[in-house]
Amino acid sequence: MTSTAPPTVQYEAVIGLEVHVQLSTETKLFCRCSTRFGNTPNTNICPICTGQPGTLPVLNQQALDYAVRAATALNCQIHPQGLSKFDRKQYFYPDLPKNYQISQYDLPLAEHGWLEIEVEGEAAKRIGITRLHMEEDAGKLVHAGADRLSGSTHSLVDFNRAGVALCEIVSEPDIRSAAQAAAYAEELRRIVRYLGVCDGNMQEGSLRFDLNISVRPAGGSKFGTKVEIKNLNSFNALQRAVEYEFTRQVDCVRSGERIVQETRLWDEATQRTISMRSKEEANDYRYFPEPDLVPIALDSNQIDAYRQRLGELPAQKRHRYCGTLGLSSYDARVLTDEREVAEYFEQVVALDIPAKQAANFLNGPVAAYLNETRQSISQIKVTPEVSAELLALINQGIISNRIANELLPGLFEAGGSPRALVEERGLTQISDRGQLEEIVNEVLAGESDSVAAYRGGRTKLLGFFVGKVMKKTAGRADPQVVNDLLQSKLAEQPTAPPPEPESAAEPPEAPPAVEDAPLEAATEAVTAEAGSAEAITAASEEPDTPVSHQDAHA
Amino acid sequence: MIDREQVKKVAFLARLELTEEEQEMFTRQLGSILDYIAELQRVETEGVPPTTRAIEVNNVVRPDELVVCENREGILENAPDRAEDFFKVPRIIED
Repeated sequence: MTSTAPPTVQYEAVIGLEVHVQLSTETKLFCRCSTRFGNTPNTNICPICTGQPGTLPVLNQQALDYAVRAATALNCQIHPQGLSKFDRKQYFYPDLPKNYQISQYDLPLAEHGWLEIEVEGEAAKRIGITRLHMEEDAGKLVHAGADRLSGSTHSLVDFNRAGVALCEIVSEPDIRSAAQAAAYAEELRRIVRYLGVCDGNMQEGSLRFDLNISVRPAGGSKFGTKVEIKNLNSFNALQRAVEYEFTRQVDCVRSGERIVQETRLWDEATQRTISMRSKEEANDYRYFPEPDLVPIALDSNQIDAYRQRLGELPAQKRHRYCGTLGLSSYDARVLTDEREVAEYFEQVVALDIPAKQAANFLNGPVAAYLNETRQSISQIKVTPEVSAELLALINQGIISNRIANELLPGLFEAGGSPRALVEERGLTQISDRGQLEEIVNEVLAGESDSVAAYRGGRTKLLGFFVGKVMKKTAGRADPQVVNDLLQSKLAEQPTAPPPEPESAAEPPEAPPAVEDAPLEAATEAVTAEAGSAEAITAASEEPDTPVSHQDAHA
Repeated sequence: MIDREQVKKVAFLARLELTEEEQEMFTRQLGSILDYIAELQRVETEGVPPTTRAIEVNNVVRPDELVVCENREGILENAPDRAEDFFKVPRIIED
């Protein structure tokens, strides 16, 4: 780049998200029909949710409870104007049996909240939440006679979903990038799952995103013309849509075109947004208060009670894990992603296992096992107690990391007490100096060439000797003692014949570092520097760097 | 006051087809309703908080308990058209 080139205007995206969260209630928002996904079409229907004349909707207590819980967790004020009401939003579409949707317009359940997001490499950031309101879902349309809407001869309607309880959560336009948009959506999903108010099942549409995006010169304060993008059903789609739309709009502005205010659709197949009809004539929904439902007005005691019952949320856990427990932000993020995992971790730590060791164990072998078997952590036979017992055996010097690694598959398979297993199979660590010294002597006697090479300066061979000792003891030797013994033995005769040329027959460089790599480091130890004596340490002093650790679990 | 164009717009939003005579009639009738509302609007409401209902009842809720509707067939049968388990509607025209 030359300094004479004209400065290119840099653009930034201004993004707001509307997220529809399906509340995990048994029944619909205003009637007693099931919310079960995947039932035979039109089995979860009744006169109320199909809008028969003379029927009366009544609010589901559980849905209200969940919505207030979510609003509280999102730091919202509950109906700051003293009460909240429902309104009819009127439009015609065959998925809407009543020709209006019961929603909330000017007095939503909650307003003025925020949530905190963390993007790798950026400072934590608060994203404002404009409002949270309750509304009923629409039905599902199946277009028959063609696989696309335009070619269909008629449409089939399934009202099973019509009337299911939703929360719509609208963010402020505080989001600036695709990564932030995804982080916001993921954090929202994490929070509602922590609270148990939504199952977060993306495939079944329990969480749906609409995106508002405009561009402007970076750092500006005026908003550009915004475009709404619908049909985003995954974090990936959300991120891609932001990237695509940002580029499209910037190109538009740079070439002097006008950006049209419109609704666009994310097309998963072609990975682009396509224009629906432009919003020249804004929809006229003619909202008016729903006369069949009375307002919601919670008193301050009730609202406080929600705040008290909230429990620790993901962001608070992340802060505590980093601050009080001294974990890396990566570890904290991974452990708090699911509440069950965080609770498991906390139980292990409560059983006197160092936090870092517990984190590595969970993010390493346990995570790998969960991935492989597609189980959730609450289903596995290695309970927090089993984990803590196993890790304690290592910390007490009763077994080596290697033995612990060997025990794990069996424990995952059948559960049981690691301590009993170790005793039964005679796997206790050999720490007796005298006993190990004999073995060390035997090993050194049988490897005179390597001993000579070591003494000639190839000190990396230490790991090779450790490996030999481990092999002889079936992994039971205390690596620390072996290390000490070897180092002192090999140092006994520092004067040695001159080293042989580099190319001379050298013993194979076995990867001895894996001989007793800490449990959690098992995966990356394979690539670790051969012979690094540091790898053979107590489990709590794990040798990995955050970078290699991440790679191992990416 | 309401004019004929507004009546036509409201009719369109409600998907009602009105004849010339009906448009004329509803313009007159809606006009007189709006006149009456205008009269109500002259009432002094200074200091009276707005409300959306006539009765002072809040927080009416029901427990989240499943009750399966026994008349699913009746609801499907009541529709103008059906295709097995589905309601069948004319093709959606994107105008």
